[in-house]
Amino acid sequence: MSRVGVFVCHCGTNISATVDVAKVAEEMKNQPGVVYTEDYKFMCSSPGQGKLKEIIDEHKLDSVVIAACSPHMHEKTFRNAAEAAGLNSFKVEMANIREQCSWVHPDKAEGTVKSLDLTKKMIEKVRLNEELDKIVMPVTKKALVIGGGIAGIQAALDIAAAGTEVIIVEKDVTLGGHMIQLSETFPTLDCSQCIMTPKMVEASLNPNITIYTYAEVEALDGYVGNFRARIRRKAKSVVEEDCTGCGICQEKCPKKVDNPFEMGHGKSKAIAVPFPQAVPNVPVIDRDSCIYYKTGKCRICEKVCGPKCIDFDQQDEIVNVDIGAIVVATGYDTMPLDRFGEYGYGKYKDVIDGLTFERMASAAGFTEGEMKRPSDGKTPETVVFIQCVGSRDESKGVSYCSKICCMYSAKQTMLYKHKVHHGKAHVFYMDIRAGGKNYEEFVRRAIEEDDANYIRGRVSRVYEKGDKLIVKGADTLSGRPVTIEADMVVLATAMTARKGADKLAQTLGISYDRYNFFSESHPKLRPVETNTAGIFLAGACQAPKDVPETVAQASAAASKVLGLLSQETLKREPITAEVNEANCIACFDCLNICPYGAITSKGITDRDGNIIKEVAEVNPGVCQGCGLCNAACRSKTIELRGFKDNQIYAEINSLAV
Amino acid sequence: MKIPYYPGCTLNTNAKDLQECAEFSAEALGFSMVEMPDWNCCGASLPLTANSAMGYAGPTNVLIGAKEEGQKEGLEDKLVTLCAVCYNVLKRTNYAFNKDAAKLDTINSLLESDYKGDTNVVHFLEVLRDDIGFDKVKESVSKELKGLKVAPYYGCFLLRPHEEVGLDDPYAPTIFEGLLKSLGCEVVDFSHKGECCGSYSAMSNAENAAECSFSVIDAAAAAGADVIATTCPLCQYNLDSKQAMMKKNHGDMKEMPIIYFTQLLSMALGKDIGKISFKSNSINPLPLLKEKGLV
Repeated sequence: MSRVGVFVCHCGTNISATVDVAKVAEEMKNQPGVVYTEDYKFMCSSPGQGKLKEIIDEHKLDSVVIAACSPHMHEKTFRNAAEAAGLNSFKVEMANIREQCSWVHPDKAEGTVKSLDLTKKMIEKVRLNEELDKIVMPVTKKALVIGGGIAGIQAALDIAAAGTEVIIVEKDVTLGGHMIQLSETFPTLDCSQCIMTPKMVEASLNPNITIYTYAEVEALDGYVGNFRARIRRKAKSVVEEDCTGCGICQEKCPKKVDNPFEMGHGKSKAIAVPFPQAVPNVPVIDRDSCIYYKTGKCRICEKVCGPKCIDFDQQDEIVNVDIGAIVVATGYDTMPLDRFGEYGYGKYKDVIDGLTFERMASAAGFTEGEMKRPSDGKTPETVVFIQCVGSRDESKGVSYCSKICCMYSAKQTMLYKHKVHHGKAHVFYMDIRAGGKNYEEFVRRAIEEDDANYIRGRVSRVYEKGDKLIVKGADTLSGRPVTIEADMVVLATAMTARKGADKLAQTLGISYDRYNFFSESHPKLRPVETNTAGIFLAGACQAPKDVPETVAQASAAASKVLGLLSQETLKREPITAEVNEANCIACFDCLNICPYGAITSKGITDRDGNIIKEVAEVNPGVCQGCGLCNAACRSKTIELRGFKDNQIYAEINSLAV
Repeated sequence: MKIPYYPGCTLNTNAKDLQECAEFSAEALGFSMVEMPDWNCCGASLPLTANSAMGYAGPTNVLIGAKEEGQKEGLEDKLVTLCAVCYNVLKRTNYAFNKDAAKLDTINSLLESDYKGDTNVVHFLEVLRDDIGFDKVKESVSKELKGLKVAPYYGCFLLRPHEEVGLDDPYAPTIFEGLLKSLGCEVVDFSHKGECCGSYSAMSNAENAAECSFSVIDAAAAAGADVIATTCPLCQYNLDSKQAMMKKNHGDMKEMPIIYFTQLLSMALGKDIGKISFKSNSINPLPLLKEKGLV
């Protein structure tokens, strides 16, 4: 026979005003297994907790029900107190008679009846509670950062600064991401390259950081503290360790190719680094363009290479790494513009997107920083900037605001004006969203000091007339149609999730939203965690973000990683699923429904080692205790510890009239 | 191949030229358009904007009639139109029904009918492209329209709203160009092929319609066109008959003939030029055609 103690809390008048707490305490005395009851003003107070410990000891209680607030509030408090008194903490249950009871029932009689039921229910459950021990797991003190843009670099630097090893896996040939493509950055107009390259170099020199460029994460196993990632290092056709970065191969390579770093405007070579400050400064052969791979002839790079590091036969290399935590920082793409025929992108050379403008404005870009429009190289005298191209446009684009475009369009009007003093910039906008430190002032500066003409309205059409682009739009403040003869049009394209982000999310076992942005665990209180323990988010892979926000989130993710990896072992609640192997019929509905990939199939062998049966197996490190498998299991084989079927039925039965 | 044909009001009156030439061309290409009996006005585009049941009743009646006639007479299970506005209204009616079953129920109870929203509405251009094939059209051409620089003008109704009408890409359409090429014309690409001619504003604000139409003609002229070909009676009217008004504001403007695509088509398919009616053309295209050696 169990020895249950019941404590009914007044919570000041929060509960006692609409629940007859004394009556609840009194009536619970008659419940089977209850040996002690009491009502008390504040159970969570220090004296209240003291009382709990005393009574447990004095009456040799083996389980406790606290009828008070939501377990979200104080379950931990009471479990810790009970544990201090020598009770297993999972022998403590809370009956919530506050949030959905006393607070919502003005009638005291009704509130009391409901409290009686709720308390009774938990008494029935707690009598069946088992003593459970927290799960203890080891921790691999090493982190993985996926993505080598500003988010990934910042996260890696912060983790490495604490003395923890970190691996950066970058898909591209170099670190830098989108940020290194930008000319100047808002709201201070400092050159992106000037502030970004030191970070790239710092990352490459830090002994705690290992960088794999031209590499991708292909698979992930394990669980928080104990992941194993399979990384594919694609063949660069260059022996990285031997290359001195002299650049002679690139210089002599006869095959010119479009340079995606310059948004298709500048030319690169079949063996190249995307830009001179690349980190690592090791060129890669683009096997799709290289003459040798196509015809079997050429090999000029091999001939001119001093340290002889060209290796045409190099194969992809698979590296398996053990890590304890992961930061996903894969960044963003911009929306393809082919669906916006009204703006003539692709048809008219002088209709460009924002990133192309960045390259044009960049001193290292395809025009060496001069404003020269793509069609004829003339200086554009009038430039129209169109905002919200795809953003806030549910019919053709996405419903969300891309957040950075108001600011970068303002910046681009300034950069343009600083380079073409007599030029005129027009901006078509829906609203100016300049929330951020010094942001509003920045936009005002573009308007007031750099003479940008802001027109509130949408553009309906861009077409060519002679060597001009005719931009037709609406000025919705004056209610008139506007026509502007422009020399160049810049489209502020919507930010979208990276192509293939959904696939990466599936590989990692994290969730993503309908736009393929990775989902944070809680939009306000857990913004850098994913729902998968040990995997964190940084930057625009989670939602559109600018550089300051990305850096802040990256540092936040790093601190979460360090918090996790600073522990010798990880303890977690033992509320996990367990399989009764004798009953399992191996239908594997549980395996299919598990959102965390915690369930696998296990073979049961006979004495000779032959597999005679397959059953489900739960990895307690990965299991989050959601209970989906429990509900899906048709043979009642999988149960959730702490919430077993008999416990739930006992609760229900207690309510039977 | 016999296809139920819905002329709509204009084709039987002001745009007879468009219709006659289409009928000739159809016969020449081996199909016929069977005019549905007892048809009514589609209501044109405005009633649909009001979203009232009456606005949908007219076009629905047409859609039902075509289906019934087709079944009764063993015709193709579709409905062909020549008028861009009728095409637009009928397609959007079907679209509305397929999006909103309650709307279909309302109209069915109003008309005491059992329409399912499934009459396949096609434009004459689509029949040429999809059923006959532009290659076949090309083979059937007896007089190539060589040297004639034609700007294909779609206007709004054939292309928009794209989701509801769906004839072709609203910004980079190809169907009209495809046909003209098969006739041997030189197709002129121009920026205003899908811009508005001013439409019904011709009634309330003729100046505005003239300005809109002028911008279309101006763009076509700048692109080197000799003539603009159109599918829509309203576009033809605005672009053509308003040129005198345009000249007042744009003195240096050169007159440009505005011709129905079926006029060109029937010419290429061998219709005697003397038998082609140019009654709707206030700018006579014949001098141009003579100059090009096509007459």
